[in-house]
Amino acid sequence: MRLSRPARLLLRLALAAGLAVIYVPLAVVLLNSVNADRTFGWPPSGLTLRWWGAAWASSGVRDALWTSVRAGLGATAIALVLGTMAAFAVQRYRFFGRQTVSLVIILPIALPGIVTGIALNNAFRTVLEPFGVGLGLFTVVVGHATFCVVTVYNNVLARLRRTGTSLEEASADLGAGPFTTFRLVTFPMMRSALLAGGLLAFALSFDEIIVTTFTAGAGVRTLPIWIFENLFRPNQAPVVNVVAAALIVASVVPIYLAQRLSSDVGAH
Amino acid sequence: MRRIGTAFAAAALALATACGGSTPTQPGAPAPGQSGFVPPALQAQRAVGTGEGQVNLVAWAGYVEDGSNDPKVDWVTPFEQETGCQVNTKVAGTSDEMVTLMRTGQYDAVSASGDASLRLIAAGTVAPVNTSLIPNYADVFDGLKSKPWNSVNGVPYGVPHGRGANLLMWRTDTVKPAPDSWSVVFDPNSPYKGKVTAYDSPIYIADAAVYLMATKPDLGIKNPYALDDKQFQAAVDLLKQQKQIIGEYWSDYTKEIQAFKSGDSVVGTTWQVIVNVAKSEQAPVEAVLPKEGATGWSDTWMVAAKAAHPNCAYRWLDWIISPTANAQVAEYFGEAPSNAKACAETADPKHCETFHATDETYFSKVHYWTTPIAQCLDGRTDVTCKDYAKWTRAWTEIKG
Amino acid sequence: MTRVAAFLHRRAGVRLSLLLSAPLAWLGLAYLGALAALFVTAFYSVDTFTGELVRTFTWANFRDLVTGEVYRTIVLRSVGVALAVTVIDLVVAFPMAFAMAKLASPRARRWLVIAVLTPLWASYLVKAYAWRVMLSSGGLLGWGFGLTATVLTLAYLWLPYMILPIYAGLERLPNSMLEAAGDLGARAWRVFRTIVWPLTFPAVIAGSIFTFSLSLGDYIAVKIVGGRGQLIGNVVYDNIGAANNLPFAAAVATVPVVVMLGYLAAVRRTGALENL
Repeated sequence: MRLSRPARLLLRLALAAGLAVIYVPLAVVLLNSVNADRTFGWPPSGLTLRWWGAAWASSGVRDALWTSVRAGLGATAIALVLGTMAAFAVQRYRFFGRQTVSLVIILPIALPGIVTGIALNNAFRTVLEPFGVGLGLFTVVVGHATFCVVTVYNNVLARLRRTGTSLEEASADLGAGPFTTFRLVTFPMMRSALLAGGLLAFALSFDEIIVTTFTAGAGVRTLPIWIFENLFRPNQAPVVNVVAAALIVASVVPIYLAQRLSSDVGAH
Repeated sequence: MRRIGTAFAAAALALATACGGSTPTQPGAPAPGQSGFVPPALQAQRAVGTGEGQVNLVAWAGYVEDGSNDPKVDWVTPFEQETGCQVNTKVAGTSDEMVTLMRTGQYDAVSASGDASLRLIAAGTVAPVNTSLIPNYADVFDGLKSKPWNSVNGVPYGVPHGRGANLLMWRTDTVKPAPDSWSVVFDPNSPYKGKVTAYDSPIYIADAAVYLMATKPDLGIKNPYALDDKQFQAAVDLLKQQKQIIGEYWSDYTKEIQAFKSGDSVVGTTWQVIVNVAKSEQAPVEAVLPKEGATGWSDTWMVAAKAAHPNCAYRWLDWIISPTANAQVAEYFGEAPSNAKACAETADPKHCETFHATDETYFSKVHYWTTPIAQCLDGRTDVTCKDYAKWTRAWTEIKG
Repeated sequence: MTRVAAFLHRRAGVRLSLLLSAPLAWLGLAYLGALAALFVTAFYSVDTFTGELVRTFTWANFRDLVTGEVYRTIVLRSVGVALAVTVIDLVVAFPMAFAMAKLASPRARRWLVIAVLTPLWASYLVKAYAWRVMLSSGGLLGWGFGLTATVLTLAYLWLPYMILPIYAGLERLPNSMLEAAGDLGARAWRVFRTIVWPLTFPAVIAGSIFTFSLSLGDYIAVKIVGGRGQLIGNVVYDNIGAANNLPFAAAVATVPVVVMLGYLAAVRRTGALENL
């Protein structure tokens, strides 16, 4: 599309402005993490590294981070399996109710988190409790996986649509069984889509607070829950900013790696 | 085992302990000041046995600190070392959340405020507490024992954690003269329009009722938590009118301090601890217990009726009101301790003075949060009062 | 193993059922079952004295919901906020995504995607509080709190969820097609109107499902920057706790569900549901 120079300039400006809007609040977070004021009043009354020290010494942060990572990995693993299965079924077969399957998979992300949260909470309590299974990390993983399936499903579906079945057919013609074909042909084709979907699933789980509130048991504290609790604790609010600031910086690494590994996404 | 409640056990209990067992209560007109309802017949524990190795708590932020947030703030680790009970905590943001969490049956004990405690008792979620199994109970201020929010007909349902009043805070640079009455937050022509703040919870309706008790005596409000149709409507109308001058409602500590520091709010309800932090951050604020009196809270540690770890729960109840732990938590959270001996243990020797811990006249003006129920808490039997579900609906309507 | 493979190869139906069994058991039975169970309770009531669920059929919750003027106001306000957030995000995201997909070099593109994804890792609450700091008087912006502040904050929080699908949609759009249109003499605006927009529309809808539903269910951001306002999520949340009124909360929760189902049904034909 031939865009005039002003149009190109305008679009680039829009991009720059958009990125500025995205990063100014993050800069505020970063600045507040060294703000001497305990309730991050503006402008900062002074700069201090006290909160970074407090966050470093806080085992609560480390535990919460670890809990979040475990919940995220668990939910992502389930989402990868279920999402891939569903995508294969929908893309490779024609059957009655095919459209409905898509709808059912999308529903958990399309319905407000509070609805999913109270529905799952209600179900866990009535179904699991008689078996002596209480709310815990397991229920958090189940809750998160429910709305994470869709990210994997969509990425895999898009990839399947683009690749077609010719390579797999060729593999079968050359005598490979379905399992061999999957291992040597289908899976390598899928890898970057799985990575992209899995990363998004992990990110969704990592910052989920509403569903977590309703599905976590005693002592199960994911990072967002820890942040929620500590915003309301005397003297703890600034430490929360440190954690967020550290996360912003640290998140670039996994995203960059994932982007590199899936570099064939979008390479036309 | 604790809930078997056979006739024999009940009888033995009534004989064996002075104040521990739950006497099966009979329907009938309750004595004034009593809660006016019949709780499910549950038995209090008779003895504290071997610890179960862990205990699950629902608590306010800052009540159960194990050093994981700040290594210097820790009264859980010594408890775990002494009793072998591993503490798992779920922090609740509101009383309503506490009730919901306790209903799940996953927790052994809860630090319930008075706007949650009666709901828990009425639903049978929590059991009576045998205070004779809690040695430190003896040192709790008398002004906190056997109150309508922590006991029913003289049967205690928990141990008091601490107390505080919902004060009136203002910015000294903008609000002049210094207010001594709630009228400053209810005046529709307030010069502070758009900068008034109020607590964001249905229980705030009681604050309006306290004000009406003083300004509209003909409504006949005796207890701000026992409102009949007419009294309730008057309070709701007052709050709807107040909404016009409200800038924002607050529900968390950080938000309120920020608002007063920045000047987004200049006058409204507060807690003593918020005043202290705001002052330490050089915000020009003062607070007062207005002449009409105020609402307040006195939290109660209660034990779940279906507690999976009741022995550890009882040990926790004794621990949290022990002089040292009670002093630590009262200072960290910012409230008056419940144990009289705690005043000698606080790091700040003036802590009890700042928080009026021993000042019973001060607290006599405080109407502690109590759950409104249909049976009027002031003893009236000829009318029905508005229960908390109705308060909640009304609160939605007030905020609009 | 080989025999299993051979068997599976011959029976497409068996393969299909195996593939569908786990996802459908999880989402179809467990999740939909949980939702159904929740909405059944919307027809129950709660004993105000004991707080226990009374399992007798009643329309009372829905009657209160429909007759209460305040609920109508709140529903309209919530839908309005969700729409405003979606429109703002669309207007901001589309040019950004276009510049990313069509103007940036492949190398820059990778970094731009990272730049858009990064804020997703900073906690929701922390970002909302950062906006509170900026909006408070004396803050960077100092616009004060209220409904506008809520819309802005939510639009900020969900912006990446709008950019990413549109970016993916634009990337799938072959440059050759745009060039061909240009060669045939179409002006930029016409190319946009007749080619770019129709072909990326499903992606836009996909993004809007995120922004719309995330806004519709929010109850935390409005507490932080909303001043004295409340949204439908707050009503649901308040009623779950208050006297543990799950039935009424469930009844209120049907409103955003119905709104979202209507939205999904309307956009289903666009193929957007496969673009999330």
